[in-house]
Amino acid sequence: MSRPGPKQHPMSHATRYRKYHPKLYRTRMPIFWWVRRWTHVRFITRELTSVFVAFYAIELLFLLWTLTLGQEAYDDFLAWLQTPLALALNTIAFLMILYHSITWFNLAPKALVVRVGEVRIPPVAIAGLNYAGWVVLSAALAWFILSA
Amino acid sequence: MKVSSEPLWWAFFGAGGALSALCLPALLFLLALAMPLGWIEAPGYEAARDLVHHPLARLFLFALISLSLLHWSHRFRYTLYDGLQLKHLESLIVVFCYGGAIIGSAFTAFVLWQL
Repeated sequence: MSRPGPKQHPMSHATRYRKYHPKLYRTRMPIFWWVRRWTHVRFITRELTSVFVAFYAIELLFLLWTLTLGQEAYDDFLAWLQTPLALALNTIAFLMILYHSITWFNLAPKALVVRVGEVRIPPVAIAGLNYAGWVVLSAALAWFILSA
Repeated sequence: MKVSSEPLWWAFFGAGGALSALCLPALLFLLALAMPLGWIEAPGYEAARDLVHHPLARLFLFALISLSLLHWSHRFRYTLYDGLQLKHLESLIVVFCYGGAIIGSAFTAFVLWQL
């Protein structure tokens, strides 16, 4: 990895929380270190999906809140959802949350090592179970909402 | 030995990550894309209220929203540390992230209680 030394990237802010200590050698990292490599961009994108998870959780909360406020608030919120701004935001949020789901299910076998006796359940089976659960739950939610 | 609260926040992060990964794509697609675009019909006010009236539906919504927010807290905290190198603002970030999720969860409980 070719990481630039301090000369190419003077970072005045880095001294704010790292006291100068001549015995310790610290390489200085540029603040946007992660744009240099595709894997790093993917990592930061995955980490940033949490912003959209929170965004939609709050949007859902608002929708529920309007149900306590009355018919007019509910209708206004549905009308807002039809504005280009809301549709654009929700499209981006949908793509980011899909990315969250896929990366989450693919990582699940690494976090969850299940053994039956001596045999380890193969990682593919665990990921597969996650995806199967995703399909079943999505269908159940769709059925529930469409039954209204 | 100082007892760390890290495992607790990590557990919320994990539970929220799983629940949001399983449920949010379908909910967002139906409620925020398919209905506004007219692909399916949005339920009317009374029908929507009936839909979330059952205690189990409200319990599910509380778990989904609060755990999604707590998932964000924990992940976004470290995104700020790693992505923007803001470790020196640790206490401010911790208060903002976890405090935000706790306030959001309290408001969710309040809203669902009133429904």
